[in-house]
Amino acid sequence: MTTTVLTIEGVRKSFGRNEVLKGIDLALNAGSVTVLMGANGAGKSTLVKAICGIHSVDAGDMNLGGASYAPATAAEALSQGVVAVHQNIDDGVIPDLDVATNLMLDQLTKADAKTFVRDRVLREQAKEIAKSMGLKMDVRVRVSDLGVADRQMIAIARAMAHSPKVLILDEPTSSLSASEADRLFALIDRLRDQGVAVLYISHRMSDIRRVANRIISMRDGQVSGVFEQDNLDYEGAVTAMLGHKMTEVNIVPKVSNAPVLQIENLSLKSNWPAFDLTANEGEVIAVTGLLGSGKSQLADIIFGLRKPASGTMKIDGKPYNPANASAAIDAGVFMSPKDRGNNAVVGAFNISDNMSLPFLRAFSHFSFINGRQQRRAATEMISQIGVVCQSEEDSIGTLSGGNQQKVMIGRWLLKPSRVLLLDEPFQGVDIGARRDIGRHIRETAAKRTTIVFVAEIDEAIEIADRIVVLNEGNIVGEHTNQNINLGALVAQITGEKAA
Amino acid sequence: MRNEDLRSFAIRYGFIILLIGLSVYFSLAATGFFSARSAVFVFQSVAITGILALGVTCTLVVDGFDLSIGSVATSALMLSAYSMVVLEQPAYVAVLLCLVMGAVVGLVNGLLIVKMKVPDLLATLGMMFLLIGLQRIPTQGNSIATGMSLADGSTAEGTFSAAFLWLGRHRFDLVLERLVPVPVVIFLLVALAVWIFLEYTRHGRLMYAIGSNQRAAELVGANVHRYKIMAYVISGVTASIGGILLAARLGRGDIASGNNLLLDSVAAALIGFAVLGAARPNAFGTAIGALFVGILLQGMTMLNAPYYTQDFVKGAVLVCALVFTFYLSSKSSAARKA
Repeated sequence: MTTTVLTIEGVRKSFGRNEVLKGIDLALNAGSVTVLMGANGAGKSTLVKAICGIHSVDAGDMNLGGASYAPATAAEALSQGVVAVHQNIDDGVIPDLDVATNLMLDQLTKADAKTFVRDRVLREQAKEIAKSMGLKMDVRVRVSDLGVADRQMIAIARAMAHSPKVLILDEPTSSLSASEADRLFALIDRLRDQGVAVLYISHRMSDIRRVANRIISMRDGQVSGVFEQDNLDYEGAVTAMLGHKMTEVNIVPKVSNAPVLQIENLSLKSNWPAFDLTANEGEVIAVTGLLGSGKSQLADIIFGLRKPASGTMKIDGKPYNPANASAAIDAGVFMSPKDRGNNAVVGAFNISDNMSLPFLRAFSHFSFINGRQQRRAATEMISQIGVVCQSEEDSIGTLSGGNQQKVMIGRWLLKPSRVLLLDEPFQGVDIGARRDIGRHIRETAAKRTTIVFVAEIDEAIEIADRIVVLNEGNIVGEHTNQNINLGALVAQITGEKAA
Repeated sequence: MRNEDLRSFAIRYGFIILLIGLSVYFSLAATGFFSARSAVFVFQSVAITGILALGVTCTLVVDGFDLSIGSVATSALMLSAYSMVVLEQPAYVAVLLCLVMGAVVGLVNGLLIVKMKVPDLLATLGMMFLLIGLQRIPTQGNSIATGMSLADGSTAEGTFSAAFLWLGRHRFDLVLERLVPVPVVIFLLVALAVWIFLEYTRHGRLMYAIGSNQRAAELVGANVHRYKIMAYVISGVTASIGGILLAARLGRGDIASGNNLLLDSVAAALIGFAVLGAARPNAFGTAIGALFVGILLQGMTMLNAPYYTQDFVKGAVLVCALVFTFYLSSKSSAARKA
């Protein structure tokens, strides 16, 4: 009989104006692995942080083993038996210490721990733990000398020292090889048999097939689908995660035969398949695929941030092989990167300086910035793309996410480009801003080719003339954006054969 | 809202008001403080530190740090003395040698940091040690002065040329006769140049962008490596200018002078964060920061405060300025977000 360990009811959480969790209900059972799926920004990590006591919740109840559960700090969650291993493995281990110390760390921090550490005893105890977890490495090895998988195991073993009731694994396989992942799965099986409730967060279909007892899909701060044991519907789960509710789109796909960017026999990584892709003038292409499908690699390669394993690119018939971002920009290839906080926003600058950053040369005479020209260009773009702000001299930090993103996109629309790459342009952007951005990109698309990299199907359908599906580094489908067969599209994204 | 206005006013103008208040107090309390000669003396006392501080400011802008400036300055001091006294070269050769030396040290610092991936503090700390040692080797650890005996038994015949000493000792007439010393003029010129460079050129703007978000600057096509190296070269060159002026003032290659240069100039640059609520390195703030320390010390000296309290006062000013910058401005940005 399954017993419910953790129940969550109506949990809500907002950051400022941004509502991230909009009433989540979910239950975790003992001895069962629940997979949580959700695209970027769906609210997965916020939910996990709420469960681990890193964020407090605004509303809703959590119940752990029959008692009310409202951890104020991560340590409190830990002491009540809720343990998380985060995506970034090195958060869970101390690389400069040996395995034994890492495994025993939580003993050392106890209030009644002895002042002097007896290494021999420590090692004996650590060996016990290692054995019980099926770890085979020498406990005297320094953690920094171990592979990623072993480090992950140690992080989990440390977590297990608390004999948790709930174990949360956040994308644990994202940096593991297949055989390393197998060891992790074996460990998960063992924990499941011990009656731990596991919450497993992942996008990888192969992982999910291997470990899931249940799948919960999240979308836009809500649970959008629950799929139980007997009837694990992977495609249903993906559809629920990516969303397919038709937003009314009135795109008449443009067909154009004036190639701007021609990609031939391109292989993204060594041993990955090679493919061709031609992007035409005036066309907006959406490249879609799950995490790890190679979307970001493709964007980076076109923008000169990485080298392809093989293959050639041409722009307007001329060979194109950029050495770095500035060579790409000189060739008329612009990219708005994903994750604007880390990759695009200059926090110390105001809107105008942020927007004109790539083109300061054009706004300067003999290296001296012409402030009036720069501000005029910025105000024009602000009104075109609809940034809500007091003036172009507002600090970028005062804007909402959607408006910041508008500034980041507007940055690359200030000057004409031949190829415009937009990597996840709708990340963390509300629906209104998303419409504004999409409309503006389509309106200005005539004189260039535009490639948008998005995970969500909705977003692809809202903006593209043509949708290209990537799966494990290969193009597995192309659709003109009209009367799309969604089933086939989803099947291609997940890598299933179309049913 | 009233409270917030008050706070933002305090952050913006607090330091300047403090500076003015201090000047008024000293003018009333210490006879002779309010005079042109006294003002020039303040400027003169901070000119060399200020020039070094402007260099550090450039490295702070790209989110770096240059600990080697003090030793670059003393190396320039020794090098200029060596080239004139021992090698018997004219003034312009000595000046050129020093400037090239500063640029090369900056270049090496930059390459260590950018290409060898050595963290900035460690790279420039290493360079500092290396230079402190290096400048002693040619003279077996002795100071350099005309008539000193050399390793081969002969005596050094060269002298500091008059043109070189002019750099440190000449005073221009301004209203009063022989009022403004050359180092003060050079300090003001360097401050103006660095200020214009950082605030009004695209290179300066990109350097600020690199300091705030290096990855973003890279992705808009800025040559991050080149700008970082440039910052260290600027820092090395300004430090060598400081060293030249120090040598010209002292008139001898004194091995022990310039000990305090590093700490004083870093303090000035950091105090500069607080000026006008900039909360970031800036040339204007740095110059004001240097002056602030100068005025405080001048006033206290005239009020007969003992010399050994000086470092304590500088430290106290620095700590207050840092609180101003980081605590108050973090509060106001938190208030804005809520």
